[in-house]
Amino acid sequence: MMKNMTMGQFYPVDSFVHRLDPRMKLILTVVMIVAVFMVQGLLGYALVLGFVYLASKKASIPFKMLLGGLRPLRFILILTFVINLFFNSGTNVLVKLGFITLTMEGVSTAVHYTLRLAFLVLGTSLLTLTTSPVSLADAIELLFSPLRRFHFPAHELAMMMTIALRFIPTLLEEADKIMKAQMARGADFESGNLIARARAMVPLLVPLFVSAFRRAGDLAMAMESRCYRGGENRTRLRVLKITKNDYLAAAAVCALVLLIAAEGLIL
Amino acid sequence: MNETRISVENVTFTYDEAPEPALRGVNTAVRTGEFLAVLGHNGSGKSTLAKLLNALYVPQEGRVVVCGMDTADENNLWQIRQQAGMIFQNPDNQIVATVVREDVAFGLENMGVPTAEMPGRIESALSAVRMNAFAEAAPHMLSGGQKQRVAIAGILAMEPTVIIADEATAMLDPSGRAEVLDTVRRLNREKGITVVWITHFMEEAAQADRIVVVSGGEIVLAGTPREVFPQVERMRELHLDVPHMTDLAQELRRGGMPLPADVLTVEEMAEEVCKLLCPSK
Repeated sequence: MMKNMTMGQFYPVDSFVHRLDPRMKLILTVVMIVAVFMVQGLLGYALVLGFVYLASKKASIPFKMLLGGLRPLRFILILTFVINLFFNSGTNVLVKLGFITLTMEGVSTAVHYTLRLAFLVLGTSLLTLTTSPVSLADAIELLFSPLRRFHFPAHELAMMMTIALRFIPTLLEEADKIMKAQMARGADFESGNLIARARAMVPLLVPLFVSAFRRAGDLAMAMESRCYRGGENRTRLRVLKITKNDYLAAAAVCALVLLIAAEGLIL
Repeated sequence: MNETRISVENVTFTYDEAPEPALRGVNTAVRTGEFLAVLGHNGSGKSTLAKLLNALYVPQEGRVVVCGMDTADENNLWQIRQQAGMIFQNPDNQIVATVVREDVAFGLENMGVPTAEMPGRIESALSAVRMNAFAEAAPHMLSGGQKQRVAIAGILAMEPTVIIADEATAMLDPSGRAEVLDTVRRLNREKGITVVWITHFMEEAAQADRIVVVSGGEIVLAGTPREVFPQVERMRELHLDVPHMTDLAQELRRGGMPLPADVLTVEEMAEEVCKLLCPSK
């Protein structure tokens, strides 16, 4: 389990979508999500679903696995649906049962919001499944670097992400070690109610934090001794290149947006 | 070969808010191509000395000159750090990237080396420490000794003339220690890289060209291992050990065996004992 921690939910296979420039993927994901919010009717959602299905095929990701990403959110999705269904101040009453009123507007917003949320999750999953966290950090740094003029710390943000990813397995290993050491001395992490368990975490978290700060100090010194001085005049080992495939992917997303717009005009 | 690579002149350094200076009036020099071991127990100031050589700290008094550049001059800072690479004690806390070759590239990226030049330099740095097979590995999957070798590669890629190792083997198991020391000794021999090896392991110091012993912020002994270690009593006073064989030779001499006092290794001991037992050969 720990071995895979740095990968996040990255699904490491070689595919058309995996090879796309992470910057393009990031932008296209945002465009797609915005487009989903423009959808007027069910036909539009069907279009988006078809697009997501095609994208997952092109990414060699089992569609079922992609849909599985919705599972942890099922309660939120259901809640969104139910709340919008019954607590809507619409006037077009469909059914009235005692204090429960079902309106046409209620049904419509419930369907819209739930589907939007679902597609938001699917779209971002598609991005994180096909893009390693390090490439994502690269994409964020490069996309936001024009904002450096306004003191936006694009490089620092990406460096923080990389270092966090680098240290997740190290700190997990350490947490495991501390936990075992405390258990050997009689600490109990597993019984009791929620509060008792939370309290039991204190002897784990305190040494973990202390050590994390020590590591941070050491790392800062090691980075400085290797000539690190922030993002200025820095070159990069990994150079991102927009290729023909990126334009193809962009064209596909554009087509989706146009179809959704057309759907809006027809309705 | 006798040109001075690093000189430490009358250096006094006090940490912020510390009542006592960590180093006082230290004078020493490192020659080009030399393997210098700095010995001392915890809190002796040896680690502080290492950090002064890399311009991580700047002395309050005296000066440190590395490759002809004064560390107190801010303009020299990056060139000094490129020339004098440093490896630290904890192998986990000096690797930045999530992939070995990207970590080796870290220094190059900082120096602004063109992207096209990087793969070649990374390749040769990794092969110098014999870690090519792990170029795409994740650092946390490596052993301690391998991580230290990656750290060395990260420095080598920057093409330094000096490597400063600040207790680089202290957290490793015996095989990891040998692995790292052998790597650095080979780089010293084959590439002529000057080495400052800070340690509290006597057996490691015995392999150096010259030893400087630090205690209480001062240099108390200096010389070749054969000059330093036979002073067993003096070393004990400083709460330092001597290599086991030197100790054994001392005991045997006390017992009446005419052994030389400067025996450092098991091989030398075996040879000397053989000479005593069969003088005809």
